[in-house]
Amino acid sequence: MTEVAAPAGAERISSAFADRAGRAALMPYMMGGFPDLPTSARIAAAYADGGADLVELGIPFSDPLADGPVIAAAGTQALRAGATVDGVLGVCEELAPRVPVVVMCYANLVLAPGPDAFAAALTAAGASGLIVPDLPLEEASGVLEACDAHGVALVLLVAPTTPEERLARIGAQARGFLYTVAVTGTTGERDALDVGGVVARARAHAGVPVAVGFGIGTPEQAAAAAAAGADGVIVGSRLVRAAAEAADPAGAVRDAVAGFAAALSR
Amino acid sequence: MIDERFGPYGGRYVPETLMPALAELAAAWEAVRDDADYRMELAELLRDYAGRPTPLYLARRLSEAAGRPVWLKREDLLHTGAHKLNNALGQCLLARRMGKRRIIAETGAGQHGVATATACALLDLECVVYMGEEDMRRQRPNVERMGLLGATVAPVAAGTRTLKEATSEAIRDWTTNVATTHYVIGSTVGPAPYPALVRDLQRVIGDEARAQLLERTGRLPDRVIACVGGGSNAIGTFTAFTGDAGVELIGVEAAGEGLDSGRHGAPLTAGGRPGVLHGSLSAVLQDADGQIAEAHSISAGLDYPGSGPEHAHLRDTGRARYEAVSDADALAAFAHTARLEGIIPALESSHAIAWTLANPGGELDLVCLSGRGDKDLAEALERLGD
Ligand SMILES: Cc1ncc(COP(=O)(O)O)c(C=O)c1O
Repeated sequence: MTEVAAPAGAERISSAFADRAGRAALMPYMMGGFPDLPTSARIAAAYADGGADLVELGIPFSDPLADGPVIAAAGTQALRAGATVDGVLGVCEELAPRVPVVVMCYANLVLAPGPDAFAAALTAAGASGLIVPDLPLEEASGVLEACDAHGVALVLLVAPTTPEERLARIGAQARGFLYTVAVTGTTGERDALDVGGVVARARAHAGVPVAVGFGIGTPEQAAAAAAAGADGVIVGSRLVRAAAEAADPAGAVRDAVAGFAAALSR
Repeated sequence: MIDERFGPYGGRYVPETLMPALAELAAAWEAVRDDADYRMELAELLRDYAGRPTPLYLARRLSEAAGRPVWLKREDLLHTGAHKLNNALGQCLLARRMGKRRIIAETGAGQHGVATATACALLDLECVVYMGEEDMRRQRPNVERMGLLGATVAPVAAGTRTLKEATSEAIRDWTTNVATTHYVIGSTVGPAPYPALVRDLQRVIGDEARAQLLERTGRLPDRVIACVGGGSNAIGTFTAFTGDAGVELIGVEAAGEGLDSGRHGAPLTAGGRPGVLHGSLSAVLQDADGQIAEAHSISAGLDYPGSGPEHAHLRDTGRARYEAVSDADALAAFAHTARLEGIIPALESSHAIAWTLANPGGELDLVCLSGRGDKDLAEALERLGD
């Protein structure tokens, strides 16, 4: 019998934030299985080498409603290259000993095997948390229960459109960290970004660290998010694009991650 | 209250960003659907502009071929040529009341896109319609109509370039522009309150048909038959009859190249584990991991791997049953109906007619002729020539 201490995932996430001693943690996002599974395993290692404090590992989905063109195209490519849930969880298993991994995937992939089996698979792969961008609070109870039982932190999201009263309800259920969506829209780099308001609003209702994501594409924007009070900064499309464009994806993302890490350590 | 779940199905599986807008939409619909001014405005437009009530027609030569009376509810005679306008007009009026002047829609066959573009022209609203590139190819006339009506058609190049991707892209647009924009979804799919909202706007089909048939024949049908893509013409036809215990309700899906071929659009008929697509839990085509599978149908409007959550519930409770008709049989019914009745049906509706012709039973069939087939001529003639 493998008994897992229930809050293990949440604890590992919270110490990753705490280890930063007041500076913001860097949580780069990568698309598992992109451009293919072996390369994505090297990209994962490069994220850790580059200085990621946590890694958000995406499992590709056929219909990613919350994603903009860069991440959606990467998901399509990963599926074409044969990515499966098990394959991406293999990447998680390799990476998890080095940094806490938060898996990001869409609701149907969790519901297909059933929340309990899915959460068990996450635990077995060493994942600390789970983000499901199309599972709002009202639909989350079954997955929340399964994740709690298996020691995986189900990370909830709040958006700029979330009203105050709803923010409070979501904040009260937050595990691991509160994922604060910076923009009204899908993932993707934005030229202009002002996260001060969303971070302050999230902070007022969260007993856990506040990490901000969607739209952050430059080290300057990451530093600005940290200065605005974010405990964590999530960078996605910029890095997926780096992996897509480079001849040496692992090298390119390691340098890019290091650039963001440096901006957050100043 | 607006239905959010149908048994276990339905719900709101969408990004948090959209949750407040869905709550706002549900509240607006709850307030407006019983509002006398709104109802009058909609009823007048449906009558004077759209051409309601549509005729109920006893198709004599089809009846002879079927061996029993077949009554057609003529949604093909509605303005713009399909039932889609019932929903588009109702939602655009609602959007205007909500102060949203930008309208987006997805379309497969192009009928919903044309209906929405039409309602937007009438009500002076901005209109963007997402359409897969493959559907733009096979439904060319409708693309041209939308342009003429002042809508922008946004091509979608992702995936199979059909209705599923167009819907995903529309939802992404809505996520970005939710403050100014109303999303007019075209079928009884999507997150709550859409399946209930679209049903409420389409139930006029069955309400009329039931009254018309009673008046003409003094009896109810034994079977009510409609094709099912997302399920709006079928729910629209069924709803008036769900309380009539003796009336069988039959939804006809696209068997494409055959249920065993894996190339079809029949998630309700095929059965299997329910799944989440485009914001609701329902019958869906998917693989073992939960990746949504590609659908296939000769008719763009049925070429969709999902289905309306209320249909999944009607299936499970046994109140309705779902069957599937192949591309070839639908195409034959398309040609047959043209010759026998002088009516060119939409390829979607041809699935319902084909089922009726092939399946004896009962003494009177009511079939929803959901749309006309002008849009399908190029595709159908090419295939019929094969
Ligand atoms: C004429 C016609 N019938 C049926 C459909 C299928 O949609 P639904 O199942 O929502 O009625 C369409 C969709 O485009 C259509 O154009």
